[in-house]
Amino acid sequence: MTSPYIPLLFLVALGGGFAVFSVLIAGLTGPKRYNRAKVDAYECGIEPTPQASGGGKVPIKYYLTAMLFIIFDVESVFLYPFATAFDKLGLFALVEMVLFILTVFVAYSYVWRRGGLDWD
Amino acid sequence: MSALHALAALPAYVPMIGGSGTGNPTADFSDTPWWLSLAKALLIFVYLLVSTLLVIWFERRVIGRMQQRPGPNRTGPFGLLQTLADGVKLALKEDLTPKNADKIVFMAAPAIAGAAAFVSFAIMPLGPSVWMFGHLTPLQLTDLPVAVLLVLAVAGVGVYGIVLAGWSSGSTYPLLGGLRSTAQVISYEIAMGLSLVAVFLYSGSMSTSGIVAAQKSLWHIVPAFLSFFIYVITMVGETNRLPFDLAEGEGELTGGFHTEYSSLKFAMFFLGEYVNMFTVAALATTMFLGGWQAPPGISAINDGMFNHGWWGILWFTIKLWIFMFFFVWLRGSLPRTRYDQFMRFGWKFLIPVTLGWVVLVAFIRGANNGWLGDAKLHILGREIPYSTLALIVVVAATALLATWIWEGKQEAKAAESGIRPDEVDPYAGGFPVPPLPGQRLREPAATAATPTLTSKEDQHG
Repeated sequence: MTSPYIPLLFLVALGGGFAVFSVLIAGLTGPKRYNRAKVDAYECGIEPTPQASGGGKVPIKYYLTAMLFIIFDVESVFLYPFATAFDKLGLFALVEMVLFILTVFVAYSYVWRRGGLDWD
Repeated sequence: MSALHALAALPAYVPMIGGSGTGNPTADFSDTPWWLSLAKALLIFVYLLVSTLLVIWFERRVIGRMQQRPGPNRTGPFGLLQTLADGVKLALKEDLTPKNADKIVFMAAPAIAGAAAFVSFAIMPLGPSVWMFGHLTPLQLTDLPVAVLLVLAVAGVGVYGIVLAGWSSGSTYPLLGGLRSTAQVISYEIAMGLSLVAVFLYSGSMSTSGIVAAQKSLWHIVPAFLSFFIYVITMVGETNRLPFDLAEGEGELTGGFHTEYSSLKFAMFFLGEYVNMFTVAALATTMFLGGWQAPPGISAINDGMFNHGWWGILWFTIKLWIFMFFFVWLRGSLPRTRYDQFMRFGWKFLIPVTLGWVVLVAFIRGANNGWLGDAKLHILGREIPYSTLALIVVVAATALLATWIWEGKQEAKAAESGIRPDEVDPYAGGFPVPPLPGQRLREPAATAATPTLTSKEDQHG
């Protein structure tokens, strides 16, 4: 096998094919009986609240979480190569890593103090 | 193979268990033609589908027993075919699309959720090399130098299924559920990713076969125990399972992001959730529990015969199902957490603790490699650098001091707020509040809410 990524594509194709097939077949196997109430938004029986198309406005909290996620995700991704090559890099790597984690930790404490991690 | 021999020759030396890995996969795929890879992909696909069918039955049976009822027992022997029957029933249900929905995205979301779930299993090592159709090939579809990164990346793609499902439904509950679920999954992915760093430090490799090979003498659960605990917590949060299934809290959000889905589209989300459970459990097995290797006692029998050939798939499956039982056990025992508490736990506890743990493990590794001083102590035939011992003493002392200070603070806090009234008025805040342990409810006659009425009644009585 030349590339280790080719077998990966086999499984992607199998899983994807199965999922797409199931989603498409769903419209054919089931019955079709129109009812106005059925195609309304489901809110446990009450009249559905009007919805802005595309979801409308979303609390800023979620954007903040997404941005914080990117920061820490990048941090952990940077830690991976360091951890994998740790034995070869020597003491320098250890010092570098502690400095790097400390730098992100400063940002983390700042976010914490400013209430960026609170959910109320 | 030379790397494996070198590993086996290492003394049983506690914190140093591998580290000689080159970072490249140790599994050898040179004798694997493309059609064999396709066959293995099919095998893994069927393995996952059958496992999912079984685990849903298993979950309902075990939950049933935990709640003093039999669970599904009518369809097939012991009710084993129940999931299959449910699947057929779902296929025969009407496929609804709400009129506010974004039609294309609404269709794509369950397909993404279902498809992404299968991909991660490609890199899970199910066993060592075996003879298949005249070729010696590992029981693993493929392995990459960055295999674990692939699992995290695919988990990230799977989130799209959830967020798009919530967004495209054009309905309030799915939108809220989808947003919540996304925030939850990405928050816990950070702690999950960081907890794995300790494993990479010990194994010196990110390929799953390399990590399994590094655990030949000692499973990573021992030196990286804290990582294991954190991983187990985050994997429950990551898969939206109880007690962290806040995205589907029936009481507040009905069905969460899949409220508007029916028929096989709903089945795709259901399937995706259970396959994801297997994926995170398989990753935990591979990273911490020795992967397909037999448990320590059994692996010593008959010159390690249980560590060869097809036996690996048995140990791997057993370890996987221990995690499945754990998932079900959690669901049977714990109530759902509150969303703000859950997020606070993830951001304010798990992330800093994991970061500190990574630094600590790095220092222990460094000390073991002799970077912090070469002097070594000989105990019981093992060599332990003095710097490692010093580090452990310092950490233990710090931990002791921290708990001491924390306990003092807790006591001070308890003393400060400890003056609880013996008698409480349950309606003081405008709504009924139950009394705390040791408190009495004030008699209703004595409350100020209905003074005139009671006095009148007293007069009449």
